[in-house]
Amino acid sequence: MAHDKDTAHTVKSYDEELALLVNTIALMGTLAETQLANAVQAMLQRDSDLANQVVAEDVKIDELEQDVHKRVVRLLALRQPVAIDLRHIVIGLKVSSDLERIADYATNLAKRSIVLNQFPLVNPVTGIVRMSRLAQELIRDVISAYIERDRDRAITTWRRDEEVDEMYISLFRELVTYMMEDPRNITACTHLMFMAKNIERIGDHVTNIAESIHFLIEGTPLRGRRSKGEMHPSP
Amino acid sequence: MTDTKTSSLVPSAVYDRLRRRRAAERRFRFYGLAAVGLALMMLVFLFVSIVRQGYSAFTEHVITLTVALDPAVIDPEGRRNSQSLSSADYQRLVRESLAALFPDVTERAERRLLFGLLSSGASHRLRDVVMREPARIGTTVVIETPLDDDADRFLKGLVSPDVPESERRIKDRQIVWLKALHAGGGIHNRFNTTLFTAGDSREPELAGILGAVVGSFYLMLTTVVLSFPIGVAAAVYLEEFAPRNRFTDLIEVNINNLAAVPSVVFGLLGLAIFLDFFGLPRSASLVGGLVLSLIILPTIIIAARAALKAVPPSIREAALGVGASKMQSILHHVLPLAVPGIMTGTIIGMAHALGESAPLLVIGMVAFIVDVPVTPLDPTTVLPVQIYLWADSAERAFVERTAAAIMVLLIFLIAMNALAVIIRKKFERQW
Amino acid sequence: MTYRASNDPPHGTVGAPRVEAARAKLTACNVDVFYGEKHAIKDVSLDIGRNEVTALIGPSGCGKSTFMRCLNRMNDIIDICRVTGTITLDGEDIYDPKIDVVHLRARVGMVFQKPNPFPKSIFENVAYGPRIHGLASGKAGLEEIVLTSLKRAGLLEEVKDRLHAPGTSLSGGQQQRLCIARAIAVSPQVILMDEPCSALDPIATARIEELIDELQHNFTIVIVTHSMQQAARVSQRTAFFHLGELIECGMTEQIFTNPLHRLTQGYLTGRFG
Repeated sequence: MAHDKDTAHTVKSYDEELALLVNTIALMGTLAETQLANAVQAMLQRDSDLANQVVAEDVKIDELEQDVHKRVVRLLALRQPVAIDLRHIVIGLKVSSDLERIADYATNLAKRSIVLNQFPLVNPVTGIVRMSRLAQELIRDVISAYIERDRDRAITTWRRDEEVDEMYISLFRELVTYMMEDPRNITACTHLMFMAKNIERIGDHVTNIAESIHFLIEGTPLRGRRSKGEMHPSP
Repeated sequence: MTDTKTSSLVPSAVYDRLRRRRAAERRFRFYGLAAVGLALMMLVFLFVSIVRQGYSAFTEHVITLTVALDPAVIDPEGRRNSQSLSSADYQRLVRESLAALFPDVTERAERRLLFGLLSSGASHRLRDVVMREPARIGTTVVIETPLDDDADRFLKGLVSPDVPESERRIKDRQIVWLKALHAGGGIHNRFNTTLFTAGDSREPELAGILGAVVGSFYLMLTTVVLSFPIGVAAAVYLEEFAPRNRFTDLIEVNINNLAAVPSVVFGLLGLAIFLDFFGLPRSASLVGGLVLSLIILPTIIIAARAALKAVPPSIREAALGVGASKMQSILHHVLPLAVPGIMTGTIIGMAHALGESAPLLVIGMVAFIVDVPVTPLDPTTVLPVQIYLWADSAERAFVERTAAAIMVLLIFLIAMNALAVIIRKKFERQW
Repeated sequence: MTYRASNDPPHGTVGAPRVEAARAKLTACNVDVFYGEKHAIKDVSLDIGRNEVTALIGPSGCGKSTFMRCLNRMNDIIDICRVTGTITLDGEDIYDPKIDVVHLRARVGMVFQKPNPFPKSIFENVAYGPRIHGLASGKAGLEEIVLTSLKRAGLLEEVKDRLHAPGTSLSGGQQQRLCIARAIAVSPQVILMDEPCSALDPIATARIEELIDELQHNFTIVIVTHSMQQAARVSQRTAFFHLGELIECGMTEQIFTNPLHRLTQGYLTGRFG
């Protein structure tokens, strides 16, 4: 079961509906992660077909999000949840829309990779790949933290977004250097810069999800030293 | 009837069970109906036999006599004071007026037979007339006076002329005279007012139940005045105030026991306490009322407690919740709601007391009392005892009067029970 | 408390059972209630804030009604019931032998689970309290109290042309509002409501809840309810009872979004084992 830490509801169908909600969100998370992986793969292997496939697949995630919305509204209307159930259902709404955004960014990556295929390969591509690997790992972690309601794991994931940010900053500098060296790289590097930015945004959505998980478990917002935003150079 | 057996929805085993269950249910209903029917049959039998025996007592035959009020007989000295008027020989006057109707009857024995047709009350009637209006002395008055009970019974057809003369109290000669009088319009049948306006008497045609009815009334009055307030007060205390402990449990058990104690025992108790110890007058309705109060007190307490218990606790809570004291909540809310139940119980208890005779016999209320009582301290008789006394009398005419008295008693009982039902229906509240 | 059974594990209420002293209308300290041998309320300490609605929730038999009935000594009428600890109303010990229970109940009114109007007229129902307490001067004064109370209970418009009809002829919801009018007619400071809507339909329930909302400006209200939604809707503070103990107390908003105690959470979300 999705959350064996709690005793079950007296009404079993309530538990089943909650489990279905969690499963749908987990499926969205897995799909979003795959989309991200495929988009980067398409860029690395200059595979326009794979990129197109990623763009096409996005519809599926949108549909899942709609599905989650419907389930949430239904649960709110019929079960009148309170306390942990209420938080669970409300953050389901948030997590699903975060995941949908992540998938949107993956689609954006795929679209840019198609454009990139018209240009010669540039070095910083590997930086993008490393960044997306990390982002995929964070997505995986946050989804398992969500499924298992693991507060510590959510906090760890939340902290590791810093790594994504750092990678972004160094990649940003690298790309600027490339563009200054050879103005012919500017188009490709600009695309890469946006792709890096997208991945960085994916990381932010992961932290949103981690915060939601914290709220779900503790009932209080997650507060810490970490403050992003100031560290973001405006591109 | 459709055959459900053909339906594929009902398997035959289920169908058989269903049929058996329905048959059992029908039987069950029938037993109940049969029991009710049996009870009703008994009741009808009782009523029919009593009414058949007693209806004739509600009429009587009277003879119209024209009596010359001869001053020489009534008041030979002409003093006209009440003493001489009341001791005059009215019987002679009445007899002479009857004899005047049959001038050919002259022989002594025959004359005695003829005068035997008249009730001994005839002379009292005449005296009453004279006492009321002494001015009529010297004139002629027409009075209606009851016939002797044997003549009355013959005219009502209760004595058959076919029975040999030696076996009946009315003789062939008398029958001839009666027929002659009846044919001549000298005798007619009318409603028996004597039954309701007179006290007891040795002569059936002069006996009435008024004494018993008044006695019963005083008895009931004493009973209700004593037992109602005491019973209600006891019930209120036990139900609302008494702590639940072994002592109150004991009291409760004893009250329930008292309700089942034979009434004769209460009679003995009354004899010992009220008559022997307190020395109250014998045969007084006050003493009877005291004893009957003891008998119906448990009934009233039990009924009142049940009525109080039936008042929903939410009413008490509501009263206490707005700050009423316990006494206010009982007086303003609980008791008014319990009154119909208490009244019903009381009336049924009173009906029970009205029909009670055994304890009254024990305390000596069996005396032969002619006068209608005026106060509860006067010696009196009561309806059930009157019935008992009449049923014991030798005169045949008392048989019909016994049945009539029973009917009167039954009517009182039915009226009281009906009143109980009406009160319950009228004051019963829904909440 | 010296009455606690020795094998009873010590416990404490989580959350905030106390309010600032100035805001406390009723204060219960270490209250224990026994029904014969049964320990119905175990060491409960709880403040009822002035001019606010405090909801008492908990599973059946948890003692919430019993606790509430201690607040106007309604438990006195049960022979075997014994209350220890102190309960003060505006700083005055209500279990002090010098306190007149009748007077206390006039200050702390009560509305019951089942609408229980007296089987009298609507007017008489409301007039009864003021009459026995001598609150009205003359017939006109009494009539004014009755009309004002009915108006405040939101019932006047519906019954003004049949004030002498029996109270029992009203609908369930109207009867309950009549009972509320009866309670407020004696100008209490606190109104205790024992599951006032449990016998009513949702519309009638909504009207009572609206009424509670309005009444809280002038009265301190304690409500026992089995409907958690109702507690959430009408109350500012919520206290959760379980097996005679006060498990948690706090602001309603916090209790319903993020309860502190595991039992509270389990009860609210329907996970009671």
